[in-house]
Amino acid sequence: MSLTTAHSVVAPSANSKRIAGVIIVAYALISIVPLLWIFATSFKTPPDSIAYPPKIVFQPSLEGYCNLFTTRTRQTPEYINSLGPATGLCDETVRKRNMVIAGPSNFVPRFVNSLIIAFGSTFCAVFLGTLSAYGFSRFKVPLADDLLFFILSTRFMPPIAVAIPIYLMYRELGLSDTALGMILLYTAVNVSLAVWLLKGFIDEIPREYEEAAMIDGYTRLQAFWRTVLPQATTGIAATAIFCLIFAWNEYAFAALLTSGTAQTAPPFIPTIIGEGGQDWPAVAAGTTIFLVPILVFTILLRKQLLRGITFGAVRK
Amino acid sequence: MAEIRVQNLRKAFGAFVAVQDSNFVVEDGEFFVMLGPSGCGKTTTLRMIAGLELPTGGKILLGGEDVTMRRARERDIAFVFQLFALYPHMNVRKNIGFPLLAQGMPSAELRSRVEETAKLLRIDHLLDKSVSGLAGGDRQRVALGRAIVRRPKCFLMDEPLGTLDTEFRDLMVHELRELHNRIHATTVYVTHDQMEAMSMADKIAVMNHGVIEQFGTPREIYDRPATMFVADFIGSPPMNFLKFGGGLAKGAKEIVVQGAKVAVPEVREDVAPADMALGIRPEHIRFDDGSKLRGAIYGTEYLGTTQIVAVETADGIIKARVPAGIHLSPGEQVGLTLSSARLSLFEKGSGRAVRTAMHDQEARHG
Repeated sequence: MSLTTAHSVVAPSANSKRIAGVIIVAYALISIVPLLWIFATSFKTPPDSIAYPPKIVFQPSLEGYCNLFTTRTRQTPEYINSLGPATGLCDETVRKRNMVIAGPSNFVPRFVNSLIIAFGSTFCAVFLGTLSAYGFSRFKVPLADDLLFFILSTRFMPPIAVAIPIYLMYRELGLSDTALGMILLYTAVNVSLAVWLLKGFIDEIPREYEEAAMIDGYTRLQAFWRTVLPQATTGIAATAIFCLIFAWNEYAFAALLTSGTAQTAPPFIPTIIGEGGQDWPAVAAGTTIFLVPILVFTILLRKQLLRGITFGAVRK
Repeated sequence: MAEIRVQNLRKAFGAFVAVQDSNFVVEDGEFFVMLGPSGCGKTTTLRMIAGLELPTGGKILLGGEDVTMRRARERDIAFVFQLFALYPHMNVRKNIGFPLLAQGMPSAELRSRVEETAKLLRIDHLLDKSVSGLAGGDRQRVALGRAIVRRPKCFLMDEPLGTLDTEFRDLMVHELRELHNRIHATTVYVTHDQMEAMSMADKIAVMNHGVIEQFGTPREIYDRPATMFVADFIGSPPMNFLKFGGGLAKGAKEIVVQGAKVAVPEVREDVAPADMALGIRPEHIRFDDGSKLRGAIYGTEYLGTTQIVAVETADGIIKARVPAGIHLSPGEQVGLTLSSARLSLFEKGSGRAVRTAMHDQEARHG
């Protein structure tokens, strides 16, 4: 019997537990190294970030974060000396490199765009997905199987395969470089996943609950809201995470369809490199901050995520 | 409370007919049981009364009002599901109060009604517990509480004891009947368990293949089964059948089975020659060496006060319920004496019972 199924039959032996523990720890370490590297780099100075051999121990600096949030111009030392005393930590840091702060960078608006587009599209996908999944699960929908297959078939190819038609359509419709356009696009991509995931969860909720509520004097919508939805929270949370992760990380469409006002963080972060040399600490800082919302969301919903991965096989 | 009147009720799912032209009346305050094997249409009938399914034809009247096409929530009925359908995200109090919340009842009144109901069901100490931690019987009581709290026109119950342990089930059967005696609510109860039906019902409808085979009191159904299906379905062990041939004339008092003359209740109708069956309840067989109807002991099943004896006759095995004291050994030849007044006659082809003197009482009962 293989190690992976042994636990379902008998309790694992101390030895197999130990081996499993070692494998898990090793895998966790390997997975976390790039993240730690990015996190460490974000606190290095630019020379430290490209030092060889790489510096494990270094003097932490906020230069990366200062550079991330600001745009700077190079000035002569005479000009800098003629200025008054530095107004803050960042001001002081950049002056050491013969620069002055010219203004805020685009990182904050791009990050806000990402938040709006990712959460907006997640909400839409989950909202539409829940309602359609409920419909497919509970009503006799004509051609239900074909419709579900059609919905699934939208994921048979990578979304980017339709990039050119979408690019042309969006240009015609005036949706290029708009938050609405990106929300619609990510919703369309995610809604198929949402319908399929949620249908599994809703199928598992016995319909007696709604029937009981409808007999007890509630309309179908009220019954749905008060009895189905509370029991589907696990599925909804898991689905929301999957949708959010996709929308948050999506790069190709964002790079193609957004360039200005609606640009999201993923296509923006690489552009930091070009501003004044190879500014790795600033890129690392942007990436670190970019990771935070997903990290928080995932930690908050980690239990549901775990159940979501088992596709509703374990409920309650 | 109200009377339920079902007229020519019919339900088809595509080509499959689940319920065929059902007719019955549940009187106000009556405990009515629909009994039958799974797939016989009893649950479908119940769901149509509840408004969870719409009938293909026929009418349902609740308290004289035609509700055939009304929505479930407009019918003022309560439904107890087999799986109880307690909302896992609410505690006991909220579960019981849920139907009252729909009515927009003021919270003080709602609270007192819920507590009153809980007291009636002896679950007032559980009100603030989560329903997921409750034992089967308590879940059942909460489900009942949610049904009775609203004081609806009638209660519909779909095998509510189906998931309980046998031990608990007996307890709940008594509790349910006791509850019914206290609140006199018109109740329609669906089950496949004849013991539940016999011990609780005022009236029983026995269903098979979407057809009501017989409608009557438990006594009528047991003593005078209207069809061979009912005779076979009710009783443990079920009724024995011995075949005999030839027609029956009105006024006949005797038939010939396996060469032996058997006295039967006086026949009240003429029956054209056909394959016939004599129906005998196991407890209506006595062993009597003088009898011409004979068989060999095949096996015995000791039950304490009685024993079930399988006897091999020329027409297969029949089962007799006799006192436990009689000692019998396999292979022994015995004569069988039948209690003439309690025998049923059936037409084998249609399964229909032949009218005999036994049915006279029915007429007298009204």
